[in-house]
Amino acid sequence: MLLYPGATAAEAPARQHTSRPIVTGTSVLGIKYKDGVMLAADTLASYGSLAMFKDVTRIARTGSYTLVGASGELSDYHALLDKLKGLAQANANCDDGFEHGPAEIYSYLRAVLYQRRNKFDPLWNSLVVGGFKDGAPFLGSVDLRGTAYEDDVIATGYGSHLALPIMRAKWTPDLDEGEARALLEDCLRVLFYRDCRALDTVVLSKATATGTLVSDPYKLETDWTSASFVAPKAGGDGDGGW
Amino acid sequence: MASTGAGYDLSPTTFSPDGRIFQVEYATKAVENSGTVVGIRCADGVVLGVEKVMLSKMLLPSSNRRVAAVAPHAGVAQAGSTADGRQVVARARDECDSYDDTYGIEIPPSVLAQRLAEYVHYFTIHGALRPFGASTMIAAYDARKKTHELYVLEPTGVCLRYFGAALGKGRQSAKSEIEKLDLTKLTCREALKEIAKMIHTTHDDAKDKPFILEFAWLCEETEWKYGLVPQDLIDEADAWAKKELESDDEDDDGDEEMAS
Repeated sequence: MLLYPGATAAEAPARQHTSRPIVTGTSVLGIKYKDGVMLAADTLASYGSLAMFKDVTRIARTGSYTLVGASGELSDYHALLDKLKGLAQANANCDDGFEHGPAEIYSYLRAVLYQRRNKFDPLWNSLVVGGFKDGAPFLGSVDLRGTAYEDDVIATGYGSHLALPIMRAKWTPDLDEGEARALLEDCLRVLFYRDCRALDTVVLSKATATGTLVSDPYKLETDWTSASFVAPKAGGDGDGGW
Repeated sequence: MASTGAGYDLSPTTFSPDGRIFQVEYATKAVENSGTVVGIRCADGVVLGVEKVMLSKMLLPSSNRRVAAVAPHAGVAQAGSTADGRQVVARARDECDSYDDTYGIEIPPSVLAQRLAEYVHYFTIHGALRPFGASTMIAAYDARKKTHELYVLEPTGVCLRYFGAALGKGRQSAKSEIEKLDLTKLTCREALKEIAKMIHTTHDDAKDKPFILEFAWLCEETEWKYGLVPQDLIDEADAWAKKELESDDEDDDGDEEMAS
């Protein structure tokens, strides 16, 4: 990038890459269950430690079969959704009824994120791709380096530390919808208690044989009467960490 | 070059002495000989119907589509050269995408129509270019104004908004049939049948090549999304149109007997 036509390379400003995210979302959780796949995330967009926007849905539908949830930089996530929208329209333009399935969207996102990391200018997200097509559920994750894997339970961000152990302990392949929802809500509640960038307002979504659905944001019930919240054992005699 | 006009048709940059641009007129001619295309803006949506002439029995029915999706809320139908038409479709898709990228909303129908008109017109003012031998009907929904609109873009670059329009071979009779309809009340489902009838009426089975009815719409029923009309509805409209024409013929025969 040169400042003006005819500028020399020495006059050009150093090329800027994304070196840290600015407006971020925290964990996204996903599990397979009896009827398909369920994804959950809270609706907070943080600006550093500031809880800046409290009504941002971080799970989106793309095409008829797929859900994409994101933690990390929200503007990068929106740019990715724009790309997916273009992909979906390119399919629709063919008027032959074909749409990409979740496994293809997952591979595509993996390729895009890996390409950007090779430019040393990554899209700063951990993505969860969930979907249901041709009778089969799909759940996969892609991170900002293009690392990608599929699993029955997935959590990004703080969720991979706080929620994943709970999900792995309680998950079975034949969870019904209510049980799957209860499990995810339990995990979101724990995240709200312990992750400082989490919120008690959440969005739940599912992909099943009948299509995909993203809920409106709703508030979790919380209980702060636990002994450890009322009378914390650690740090009670200190200055709160400062 | 003795007579007026002769020799002035080599380039769209040259006017004839009486002020005509022959290359553009020839392009218009290419459209006039095409299969009939009818577009109607109904009370509850816009319907585009095409008489798609099948050049060979070996072609798949879905090949060489004459209707095309360009955005979720917009589609086009074309008369004239298929190849030239595709160029306009490609441009329409680019315009829809870039508007969405820039402004974050779907392109309004009037803006899409104007931008395509500029594109097509550009090809009529340069010596190195040839006008498009295709006319384009644009059906689109304006989510902000809550209106559905139909435009016709001609090879000249003229683009006008219509309630009902027809292009191609059967345009004259189709236009006069459209004028008889009450477009403030007509529904899309009714329009399918009327258009099928218009196309069957103008098609001469003995002289013309076989055709396929191609329909696309954008209406309340499709939640204002552009899409191909389901095949069962097309078949229904097709059967209705054929029956109507047969009974019309019988009436005509009856009249002749009365007269004789």
